[in-house]
Amino acid sequence: MVQIFIDEKAYDVEDGITVIQACESAGVEIPRFCYHEKLSIAGNCRMCLVEMENSNKPVASCAMPVAEGMKIKTNSEMVVKARKGVMEFLLINHPLDCPICDQGGECDLQDQAVAYGSGISRFVEQKRAVKDKNLGPLIKTHMTRCIHCTRCVRFSEEIAGNNSQLGAIGRGEDTEITTYLEEAMDFEMSGNVIDLCPVGALTSKPYEFVARPWELKKTETIDVFDAVGSSIRIDSKSDKILRVLPRINEEINDEWISDKTRFAYDGINNQRIDRYYLRNSEGKLVEESEENILKIIHNNLSNTNSSHIAALVGNTLDCESIFSFKKFLDELKIENYDCRQDDSFFLPSQRFSYIFNSTIKGIDDSDLCLLVGTDIKKEAPILSSRIRQKFLSSPKNYKIFSVGNFNLNFAVDYLGETSSSLKKLNEKKNFDVFKNSKKPIFILGQGAMCHDDAADIFNYCLNFYQKISKNTDWNGFNVLQTFSGRVGALDLGFYNKKNTSRSLIKQIYDGKFEVLYLMSADEINFDKIPKKTFVIYHGHHGDKAVKRADLIIPMSCFTEKEGIYVNLEGRPQISSQVKFPIDGVNHSWNFLNKLSKLFNLSMYSDLNDLREKMFLNHEHLSNINQIKLSRINRNKHGKFKFSNQEMKSNISNFYMTDSVSRNSKIMSECSLAFLKETNVP
Amino acid sequence: MIKKDNIIFKNLYGRNDPFLKSAIQRGDWKDTKKILKKNPQDIINIIKESGLRGRGGAGFSTGMKWDFMPKSKDKQHYLVINADEGEPGTCKDRDIIRNEPHKLIEGCLIAGYAIGATKCYIYIRGEFLNEASILQKAIDEAYNSNLLGKKIKGSNFDFDLYLHYGSGAYVCGEETALIESLEGKKGQPRLKPPFPASVGLYGMPTTVNNVETIAVVPTIIRRGHEWFSKLGRKNNTGSKIFCISGNVNTPCNVEEELGIPLKYLIQKYAGDVVGGWDNLQAVIPGGSSVPLLPKNLCEDVLMDFDSLKDAGSALGTAGIIVVNKNTNITKVILRLSEFYKHESCGQCTPCREGTGWLMRMMDRIYKNGATAEELDLLQEVTKQIEGHTICALGDAAAWPIQGLLKHFRNDLLKKPKKVDKVA
Repeated sequence: MVQIFIDEKAYDVEDGITVIQACESAGVEIPRFCYHEKLSIAGNCRMCLVEMENSNKPVASCAMPVAEGMKIKTNSEMVVKARKGVMEFLLINHPLDCPICDQGGECDLQDQAVAYGSGISRFVEQKRAVKDKNLGPLIKTHMTRCIHCTRCVRFSEEIAGNNSQLGAIGRGEDTEITTYLEEAMDFEMSGNVIDLCPVGALTSKPYEFVARPWELKKTETIDVFDAVGSSIRIDSKSDKILRVLPRINEEINDEWISDKTRFAYDGINNQRIDRYYLRNSEGKLVEESEENILKIIHNNLSNTNSSHIAALVGNTLDCESIFSFKKFLDELKIENYDCRQDDSFFLPSQRFSYIFNSTIKGIDDSDLCLLVGTDIKKEAPILSSRIRQKFLSSPKNYKIFSVGNFNLNFAVDYLGETSSSLKKLNEKKNFDVFKNSKKPIFILGQGAMCHDDAADIFNYCLNFYQKISKNTDWNGFNVLQTFSGRVGALDLGFYNKKNTSRSLIKQIYDGKFEVLYLMSADEINFDKIPKKTFVIYHGHHGDKAVKRADLIIPMSCFTEKEGIYVNLEGRPQISSQVKFPIDGVNHSWNFLNKLSKLFNLSMYSDLNDLREKMFLNHEHLSNINQIKLSRINRNKHGKFKFSNQEMKSNISNFYMTDSVSRNSKIMSECSLAFLKETNVP
Repeated sequence: MIKKDNIIFKNLYGRNDPFLKSAIQRGDWKDTKKILKKNPQDIINIIKESGLRGRGGAGFSTGMKWDFMPKSKDKQHYLVINADEGEPGTCKDRDIIRNEPHKLIEGCLIAGYAIGATKCYIYIRGEFLNEASILQKAIDEAYNSNLLGKKIKGSNFDFDLYLHYGSGAYVCGEETALIESLEGKKGQPRLKPPFPASVGLYGMPTTVNNVETIAVVPTIIRRGHEWFSKLGRKNNTGSKIFCISGNVNTPCNVEEELGIPLKYLIQKYAGDVVGGWDNLQAVIPGGSSVPLLPKNLCEDVLMDFDSLKDAGSALGTAGIIVVNKNTNITKVILRLSEFYKHESCGQCTPCREGTGWLMRMMDRIYKNGATAEELDLLQEVTKQIEGHTICALGDAAAWPIQGLLKHFRNDLLKKPKKVDKVA
C-alpha cells in the first residue's frame, strides 16, 4: 500500500496501480475515452490529464503509476483548462449529428462535452470527413465520428486475438481506423467493439435507427446460445427484443459476449410455432385444437408399450422443462430417453466427466493447457479469449498443446490430427513439460467426445492427467460442453440409464420405437427416422423437426420464461423473463400438467412447486451461482484403441447452432458473409 | 572562437577520405585497447564531468543519461544511435556520417562499453542512402580490423553494430518512436514512464543518443574532460556543429565553441545575411522547432543552451535558419506548420487535431491577414497543444507560432502585401 493525496485528501491505495485507478477507488471521477480497464493503456486521448506536484505539465492519469506521497489535483485550474482544450480538439472534427447518431444518449463524448465542452465552436475551418468502411453485416461504421481512441484496435489485438484485423492507417489527422483492405470483421467476438467505441463510429448494424436507450426496458439475464452462460442484458421495447448487451461478470465473461449471443435475438420472433398441428392423411400439417391434441397424445402413449416409446430433449432447455418432462416419463415408466442427440460420451452419475472442473476463472491460474478435439474459438469464444489473455501474459511460459488442427487465436504446439496422436503426450519432451506443470488444464471438446473412440480418448486423457497431477487442490480436467441445456439435463439424469452402451439415437433410426416425443430436439437426422414412427414435436420454432413431425405442440421460448440453466462449469444460473409468451402458447411444464391430468399423474400447482420438487433430489440447483466442485474418481488403467479419424469440432457453423439462431436473419447474413455458407434454412 | 587545435571534426568538410586509414591518421581509434581496459563507470564519470549535453535538441546531460542504465548485467542492454536527422534546418549528423563515420563508430563502441551494451543499432534516416552506404563500409572496415565484433583488440568485450534504415517519418526521431520503429512497429512515441533506460528496445534497458553526442565521446575520453569543459561556457561546455542556412550568402556547417555570438557566427562563417546585417528580419536558432528571435535579440545573443533559453528560444539542434526582410515571415512559419501537420503521428488528440487547425489558421492569416481575436485564438490553440501531448512534437508545432505571435504580432495585424518573395 502507498499513501497518495488526491485533491489534498490522503488515501491508501494498492501499490502498482495507476492514478486513474486510485482516483476511481477514491470515488473521484476522471473523464476518459481511450482508457479501458480490460485493455492495455494507450494514453492517447489526453482527457484524463491531472495535475501532479513537481511536474510542470499535466500528466495522463491512466498511464502514471502511483508513488508514495504523490500529490494529485483533479480539479485545479490547470486540469480543467487542459481537459477543456482536449475536448475542443476532439470536437472540432467530430460531426454535429447527435440527433441522427445511434450512440446518442449513451455516448461518452456527449456526456463529457456537457462537462467540459464549450457552448460555441471556435473552429471555422472545414471539418474532416472520412469514408465509411464496410465491416460486414454486424458493425456499422461512421468513421467521421471516430476520435481515434484505438479501443477497438486494442480489443481485436488483445482480447479477440485477431491480430491486425483492425488497425490505424495513415498518420496525423488523416489517421483512419480500418480493417486490412477493408475486409469484414469476421471474428466471433467482433460485436464487442460496438460497446467499446466511446462515440458513434462503430455501431450495431441490426440496431441501426431502431430505438433510443432511454426508451428501452432492460432485463438482466443470462445467455443460452452456448454453454458458457454469459451474463447479458436484454433491451426490449414493448414486446420486441431490440438488442443484447453484456453485463460485467468477472467469473464468466468479463464484459464480453460472442456475436451469436449478441445478434441471434432476432431469431426468437421468426418461424415461431404458435398453435397445435396434426399431420393429416395427405401428409399436410393441419391446425388442431388443444383438446384434441391432448387426447391424441393420451391415446398414443397409453396404447403403446412403454418400451416402444422414446423421448429426447433439446440442447437449450431450462432445468424446469427437463425435470417436468423426466418426471412425466418416469411416472409413465418410459425409460428410453436421452438429452444427447449427438451421443456424446460421459460417465453416468460422475459429474466430473461432463463439466469444466477448473472453472472459467481457473484458466487464469493455470500454467499449461491441453486441448483435445476442440475448436474452442468457435465452441466457446469467451473461453478462448481467456486462454489467449493468459497466453499473452507469458507467451514463453504458457504452453498450449492441441490435438486436432483448428484455427485458434493463440499459438499451439500441435500434436496431430487424430486421436492416436494423444500418445505423443508420453514422449519425453512433452511429458517433462506436463510433469513440471503445477496447474495444468485439459479441455476435452465435444468433437472428441462424439468420436467412436470417445471412451478411449477420455480414459487416456484422464489417465495421463492423473499421472502428471500432484496437486490435490486443483482439478484441471475439463470437458467443454457446447450447449446451454446439456449440463442441466445430465445433472437431472435425463439419459438412458439402463442401456448406456447402445445409442438411443441409433435405436430410433433402426425403428425400434413406435412413438418418439421430441421436446425441442432438432439436431438428429430426421430423414433416418422410419415412416411408421409417430413423431411428436414439442417446441418453439419451426425448424428441422417440424418437417418430419406428425404432431406439433407449441411452447414458450427462453426469453418468455424464468428458468434455471447450468453452465459448463456446473454453475446454476437463473434466466429472467423478458416478455410474455405468444398468445395461446404454454410453458412446457404447463402443457405436461394438462397431459398428466389425463393420465392421472402428479401435477404442479405453479413454478415454485415444480422447483421445490426439483430441488428435493437436486439440491445443488437451488444454489444459484454456486459451483459444486467435483472430484475425479480414480480411473482404471487399460488398453486404449484409437481410431484414425480426424478430430473435428461438433460445431461447423458458429452462427447457427440451434433452432433460434438458425432462424435469425442476422445470423444467416453472417454465415453468408463470413463462412460463404449458402444452404441457410 | 575555437582554436584550430580544438576542432573535433577535422574532416567535417570532406577534404580527406572518410575511411579507416585516413581516420586513423586523423587520430581516430587511437588507444582503443587502453580505453577498453578502463572501468566503465570511469568513462561515464569522465563524460559527466566534461559537461557534455545531448546534441539532439533537448540538451540533457549525456553522462547522467548513461548513469541511469541499470548496472546489473542480467538483461541485454542496448545502445541506439539516433541518426534520423529530420529537423528542418539541421544537417550536422549527415556530414558527420558522410565524412567522419569512424568517429561515430568509435563513439558507439566506447559508449556501449560504458553502459554495458553489447549491441548497438544506428537508426539512420532512410533518405541518407549515400551516407548509409559510407557508414556501412566504415562498419565493415571496423569489423575487419577487430574494432567491432568479438573480443575487440584483445579485450573481453564483444560489440555488434547494426545499421537500420528509417522510412521517412519525422516523429521517428523521437527516441521512443524510434524504438517502436526499430522493433518493426508503427513509429509512434511511447508513454513515459517507463523510460527507455529501464524498458526500451525489446523491453530491455536502452540508451538512445544523437550522432553528434556519440561522435565527440572518443575525443573527450582521449583528451580528458578538463580539456572539453574549458571550451564554451559554464554548463554549456564544449564545441558544437552549427548549421547555418536560409538567407545567408554562404550556408554552411561549422564547428564552434558553445556560447559563440550569433552575429559573429553568421557574419564570419556564412558570409552575412543576404542584403547585409541590417536586412535581417529574424533567426530561428535551433532547428524548426524553436521560437524565432527577431533582429534586435540577434544582435548579441550567445549560442548556447542557457543563453538562448533566457532569450525565449532554445538551442535545439543548432540549426540556424536566417530569415531576411525580403522574406515573408508568416509564410515561413506557415511552411513549418504544414510540416508539423504532415508529420504528426496521429496518436494523441491535441497534436493530431491541433496541428491541422494551426496550419489552417496560419494559412488563412497568411492569405487574408488576421484580426486581434484570431491571433488570440491562434495563441490559445498553441497553448492547448503545448505540454498536453505524449511527445514533444506538439510543443514543436506550437513554439514557432508562439514566437511569431510574440515578436511579429503587429505585422500580422497589417493587411498582407500582395507581393512576396521567398528566397
